[in-house]
Amino acid sequence: MGTEWKITSDRPIYLQLTEQIVQRIVSGQYPTASRLPSVRELAVEAGVNPNTMQRAFAELEREGLVTTNRTAGRIVTEDKEMIENIRGQLAAQKIEEFLEGMQLLGFTGPQAAKLLTQYAQLHPSLEEMKSEELPENKTSADKMEGAL
Amino acid sequence: MNEKLLVCSGLTKLFGTKQALTGVDLTVGSGKIVGLLGPNGSGKTTFLKLINGLIQPTGGSVLIDGQAPGVYTHSITSYLPDRMFLNDWMKVIDLIRFFDDFYSDFDFPKAMDMLQSLGLSSSERLKTLSKGTKEKVQLIVTMARKAKLYLLDEPIGGVDPAARDYILNTILTNYSEDSTVIISTHLIADIERVLDEIVFLKNGEMTLYDTVDNIREREGKSVDQLFREVFAC
Repeated sequence: MGTEWKITSDRPIYLQLTEQIVQRIVSGQYPTASRLPSVRELAVEAGVNPNTMQRAFAELEREGLVTTNRTAGRIVTEDKEMIENIRGQLAAQKIEEFLEGMQLLGFTGPQAAKLLTQYAQLHPSLEEMKSEELPENKTSADKMEGAL
Repeated sequence: MNEKLLVCSGLTKLFGTKQALTGVDLTVGSGKIVGLLGPNGSGKTTFLKLINGLIQPTGGSVLIDGQAPGVYTHSITSYLPDRMFLNDWMKVIDLIRFFDDFYSDFDFPKAMDMLQSLGLSSSERLKTLSKGTKEKVQLIVTMARKAKLYLLDEPIGGVDPAARDYILNTILTNYSEDSTVIISTHLIADIERVLDEIVFLKNGEMTLYDTVDNIREREGKSVDQLFREVFAC
């Protein structure tokens, strides 16, 4: 069901955990206003030190994406707007990376966009998967434009 | 929480004229998983033996929960030595009963549970077990205690990668804010994610004590890579 935790060797572990938790929140794996698994559970799942996982959560709390409720543990923010914003920013980053890569291959922006559309049409499964996973395509596309 | 679970000050050990450990100052609080890293002969085992009171320091002192190594510290410290301590004639179950009898903090069901998870039979004689399997049994009896301080000397050296994952997982599941685990090892890449802090020992001196993420942040590389550079031959 969920994505696997991936830890690379070049960057601080807590940062990588933070990014992956954010990814899980924006993709809806951890839905808005839902209760998050405990630090200990997640630490075991990711195979990392519980204190490192704790630090990742502290980071998310500081950003306001996660709040701590004394009785109910940690909860994903109810602020859909905020989640959508972050999702838009992340999408913008991915697109920039893609366009940079295409530029290295000698494609202009519009050419790259055309190729992307063609590719998506040739691979309908990808399209389906996407629209299933991302029910709020329209809003995040709007946000993305803003971020770009 | 105890900020000063382990306090070493100026800890020094000489073997004849050889400096095995020189002036180590280290304070470790509870709730940590600490990696004790260094090449062969850098003093890792000497350090752990000093904490456990198996050898006496030539200079300096070591305090565990405020006390010098002795009856009390043994009751809160669970030590996995770097060599076999098993009596060959015993069966696995005999050993577990022995530990259960000896240590009041021994969790018998947990030990049996771990045996089962690692697919070991409790009725086998220790003599008939392979080296790696013996190591697993030793680790089980060490980790099945509810200690405040675990000292693990090369716990994953001789076991296969799958068992290694299980052992690391056990250390993580076993984690509590009241206990600290100190692990000496060469297999840094395998264990790095699990650690809070690391201690580098070089020729008996402590050359680095920091958190894994601080090192990654500052050096832009993993502890494993840093180790390879610092201790390049």
